[in-house]
Amino acid sequence: MRRFILPGLVAAAAVALLALLTFGVSKQDDTSSIDSQVAHGKFPKAPNAQQALPMLGSNQKASLADFKGKVVVLNVFASWCDPCQAEAPILAKEQPILAKHNATLVGVTYKDLSSASEAFDRKYHLTYPVLRDVTGEFVSSFGTTGVPETFVINRKGQIQALQRFPVTAQWFNETLPRILAEKS
Amino acid sequence: MKRPRIAILALTLALALAGTAATATATTAATAKTSYTAVIDDLMCVVCHEPLNVAQSPEAFQERQYVRQLIAQGKTKSEIEDDLVQQYGPAVLSRPPANGVNLLVYIIPPVVVILGIVIIAFFIPRWRRRAREADASNPQETHALDAADAKRLNEDLGRFA
Repeated sequence: MRRFILPGLVAAAAVALLALLTFGVSKQDDTSSIDSQVAHGKFPKAPNAQQALPMLGSNQKASLADFKGKVVVLNVFASWCDPCQAEAPILAKEQPILAKHNATLVGVTYKDLSSASEAFDRKYHLTYPVLRDVTGEFVSSFGTTGVPETFVINRKGQIQALQRFPVTAQWFNETLPRILAEKS
Repeated sequence: MKRPRIAILALTLALALAGTAATATATTAATAKTSYTAVIDDLMCVVCHEPLNVAQSPEAFQERQYVRQLIAQGKTKSEIEDDLVQQYGPAVLSRPPANGVNLLVYIIPPVVVILGIVIIAFFIPRWRRRAREADASNPQETHALDAADAKRLNEDLGRFA
């Protein structure tokens, strides 16, 4: 019986390492799956839609589920990110247009100071709700590893389009009309 | 008449200067609860995952600036770390808090070391005992050289002498 102790320990360590490897690989798949599903016309449900996050500049919390029935343009940003600053005026222009179509922008801060995010909102006149993802878990479920990123979620809560880089007015013009025209 | 006025003015000025100096000293004492390096050495850049004292990302610059502000507000190291965790989550600390899954970071290394010591303490005496038993069971086996090998060895050594 004793002769099996050492081989048993080595086998257990090997199994543990394999499990860790499998876990790591499966997490990699999660990161890219939203992109590939959207590209193939399969529109996944927005992950963690029920997760309530603190709202910037308020003691309240909100989740994606609170915007049910609306088209949500989810923009992940940070005040320290230069491309986010470049796209902010485009977002500010887009919000009133979205509001007319029962849609809204929702910002999510990415590893950012709340005071700096608030200053960013004031500077670029962003009037839409902004949520704070302090631990980064919420945005990581969208495969986010950098900023800015933007996801368009339809009235049924499905991700219809995404942009892993700064958005442009042209991208909005090409992407949004079809999604806004959909009924819930 | 002029001299008393000058004396009063000089006294007022001296008192004002002394008051300013006292206030400045008090302010410095209130803010010097920790040093920048003492705080920064235990923090991480949450975006680039490098130690904050060497990280060069834009987020790291923002983080360091915020730490300076908190030190200037007279917060202690512990208060600053709590504040940063509120802002950035526990990933901002270079030493993760000892709870939940993070507890494994503190448990696994000593367990591995203890396990290693136990394995060595358990197996080495067994291996040595087996070697002794093997020697005892083959008493005819000796390590002495036969005459031919001894002669060859002496010749080889002689060439190096």
